Order: sequence, then structure tokens, then C-alpha cells
Amino acid sequence: MFSLKNKAEKTTVVIGGSAGSFPIVNRILEGIRPQYRMPVILCLHRLRDKREGFKEALEIKSKLPVNEPNDKSLALPGHAYVAPANYHLLMEDATHFALATTELVQYSRPSIDVLFESAADVCGQHLIAVLLSGANRDGATGMRHIKRKGGLLIVQDPQECSMRTMPEAALQATEVDYVLKTEDIIRILNEFH
Amino acid sequence: MYSPASEPDIDIQLQELEKLTEAILTKYGYDFTNYAMSSFKRRVTMVLKKNGLSTVDQLLQKLLYDPAFFDQFVLDVTVNTTEMFRDPSFWKVLRHQILPILNTRPEFNIWHAAASTGEEVVSMAMLLKEEGMLDRAKIYATDINHVVLKKAQNLVYPGRNKDLSEQNYAQTDPKGKLEDYYQMADGDMVFDPTLIANVKFKHHDLAIDHHFFKFDLILCRNVMIYFNQKLQNRVFELLHNSLFLGGFLALGAKESLIWCKIADKFESVNDSEKIYKKIKL
Ligand SMILES: C[S@@+](CC[C@H](N)C(=O)[O-])C[C@H]1O[C@@H](n2cnc3c(N)ncnc32)[C@H](O)[C@@H]1O
Repeated sequence: MFSLKNKAEKTTVVIGGSAGSFPIVNRILEGIRPQYRMPVILCLHRLRDKREGFKEALEIKSKLPVNEPNDKSLALPGHAYVAPANYHLLMEDATHFALATTELVQYSRPSIDVLFESAADVCGQHLIAVLLSGANRDGATGMRHIKRKGGLLIVQDPQECSMRTMPEAALQATEVDYVLKTEDIIRILNEFH
Repeated sequence: MYSPASEPDIDIQLQELEKLTEAILTKYGYDFTNYAMSSFKRRVTMVLKKNGLSTVDQLLQKLLYDPAFFDQFVLDVTVNTTEMFRDPSFWKVLRHQILPILNTRPEFNIWHAAASTGEEVVSMAMLLKEEGMLDRAKIYATDINHVVLKKAQNLVYPGRNKDLSEQNYAQTDPKGKLEDYYQMADGDMVFDPTLIANVKFKHHDLAIDHHFFKFDLILCRNVMIYFNQKLQNRVFELLHNSLFLGGFLALGAKESLIWCKIADKFESVNDSEKIYKKIKL
């Protein structure tokens, strides 16, 4: 259904979102194929002092098991991973996570830029990045970096977003492959299955 | 819509970081070669930007010929973020589950490995004092970084951290009030120096140095996340050697030793707070 603009084989999906993205992420995790072929790694802005409850809320509808990775743990196909509260989540190499407590980036920890930039470095053209609704500019620099490394970029259609600052910042920062509504995001992710 | 960024972003290659860390090791004896390169790269990028440099080679030249600049570099690349009673649920478990066990021993030794600016050390001292155990504790606090070690001994913390400190403390089943332990001076919280009367502060590099004492409890939290798994394995050996049999090791909230080479020499005492016990020599 989509003419795929970026032909390299894909191994990893990263998704970033902030204000207004939670229902969208829930919907994506509900719509994605069970035993999805790649790890789906989520960086969502969340309260820094609340460790419990977030992963559980995502798990309810998800077709994939949801984990909050420990430092240096594995990113496995068919699993969703969500950045823990008050830590930056990075990819140390194509299969391992790393965590960091370095300063906030774009007022955020976890920060989407931090995840996206590190994932771009280790996955290059094998990366798919999705940026959703949000009220700040986190993710834009990360998207630009992914573009430079040859990854595939998808931005949620600002018209559908409850907060459009974040997707619009990304659209200004770089040239993206697709601007899509939620159901189409799900469809294209499933095409890579 | 798309307009290219005006400034090119700095994009450092792994080989450049290898060259940098090797040169630092040779010249200064600090070993960053096995740090986790994902975050190390971000730190080096930050140092480049801060100093108006555009390549790792320029940085290297400056580092090699300017020891004062190197000291600042160490401060910049090591991550010093910490809080009083960071992860309050951990401190609560320490209070109710671990300290009562140490309390049965006539004396006991505690090591804060990578203590940073000392918030963790003061938190522990307050806890021990409330449990009536402070006098019997022998405590070491170490770090790779001389600047933070100095700060740790001053016990002066910015007033802006007061709310967070009190919030955290309140969740540890406290027996007093945080303000019993400090006085405000020039907008800073100045903690009671008797809290650290039994604490020895010492430079210790987890990547290079060996064990120097035996402990009943070691806190090594949020430092190994900056190391790769090879170096983490080395540090787990070192910590294992530094513990008495039956001693406890506390890691950061998102660190785990289940994968490490000597995992079978520990058992988990509390899964969610990452507290382990040495069960084999
Ligand atoms: C994020 S702080 C952790 C502070 C405290 N343990 C906590 O959890 O809040 C990390 C500390 O590790 C220190 N560090 C980094 N590399 C080290 C090494 N090789 N040996 C000893 N300390 C190191 C840094 O200087 C910094 O103070």
C-alpha cells in the first residue's frame, strides 16, 4: 500500500511522544502485529518522580510485552521498551540499551533527542523513527540526525495531533519520509513486519 | 517547510573516541576506554561545544598540553547528578530490611563507591543516626573526581534542592525532620558536620584501583551505567572482593547484576530496589 521510499532492511523502531501522545501510543501498541519482527523502543515524556504505573498503563492494550529496560539489557524483537522515569535511554549498540542520568535535554529526562541520536548512530539506515504529538521541540534534532544516517522518518500528521509543536519542529528541522495519521502509522509499521 | 540547520552538528566517530581515551590513559592514567560510548560521546560533544572546538583532534591537543584543562574535562565528562535520598523507596528498604541486619553486628563498614558530591553519604548518616547506629559505622566515600570529593566534605548544598530533599526524606519513614540536620546560611543548606565524623573521603577509580578494605554494605549506584559490560564485570569483581560474605551490595534503580560473570556469587535481596547479598566467596 505504501511505496516504500527507503529500501534498506529495518531492524529497530523508535517512537517519541509527549503531551497528547499517550492514547496514540496505546493505539499503536494495540494495532501492531503480535511478535513484531523488531524491538519497538518508546521515549515518552513522563513525570520524573513517578517510577510505577506507566509501563502498566501501556501494557493493558499492547500486543507486545512492555518492559522498562535495565542498563545494558537487550533490545529483543517482538518486545516494546519504554524509557524509565528520570533516566535517559540510549542504545549502546544495535542490541543493547544504556541508561544515563545526565542533565535534562529539551527540559526532559528521558529525552527523545537522546534516544534518537544514539539509535541513529548504531542502527543507521536500519532504523525507523516515529515522532508523535507534543508541546515542545524534543525529537527534532534527533530526527535530523537519523535522516543524516539514512533512517526512515515518520511524523504524526500535525492536523491530527492534540499538540502540534513537536511534529512541526521536526518537519522544520529535516525532510521526513511520511506525515501520517495514527492508523496509517500502524499500517506502515505492520508492512515492515 | 524544510530549512537546513544553520550550524552543522558535530558527529564524532567511535574511532576518534578510541584514540582520545587511549591518549588520555597514556598521558594521565585515567581509563575511559571502557566507558559506555553512547553517553561518553554525548559528553565529549558537549565539551567540544562548550569550548568552541569542532574536532576531537583539537580537543586532544588541548588536553595533552594543558593539565588544568584535563581536570575540567574529567569534571565535564563524568556525570555528577545526585540527590538526597535519591529513590526514597530504596532508603525505606535500607532502613527496614538491611540496617536491622547490620545492627546485630558490633561494628560494620559501609562504602559509598562513586559518592559524587556526598548527598548519598549524608542521607546514609541521617538514617544511621535515626536508627541509633551512626557511632558504630565506619564509612568510606570515594570518587574518581577530586572536585566532587571536596564538595562532599563541605556539607553545603544549594537551597534550591531543599524541597526535593524534604520530599524524598518524607518518604523514607523518617523519625525526625530534615531541618533538624541543617541550618540555612546564605541560601544554602549547611548540614551538621558531626554526621560525617566517621566518614573517610578518598580518591578511588573503579576502572583502575583495587579493593582496599572489607565492607558489610556497599552502595555503588548510578555510576556503572556509564561503563560498558567489560568494565562492569571488572567492577563487580572488585565489589565482590570488597564485601564480607553475607555483605550487601546496592545498585541503582535500573542496574542489575543478573547478567554479569559472577552473578551466581550473589543473591537478590530486593528485586525492585536492586539490593544483592554476597553468598559465595
Ligand atoms: C551519577 S553520580 C552517582 C552519585 C550517587 N551514587 C547517586 O546514585 O546519586 C556518578 C559518580 O561516579 C563518578 N565516577 C565516574 N567514573 C568513575 C570511576 N571510574 N571511578 C569512581 N567514580 C567514578 C563520577 O565522578 C560521579 O560522581
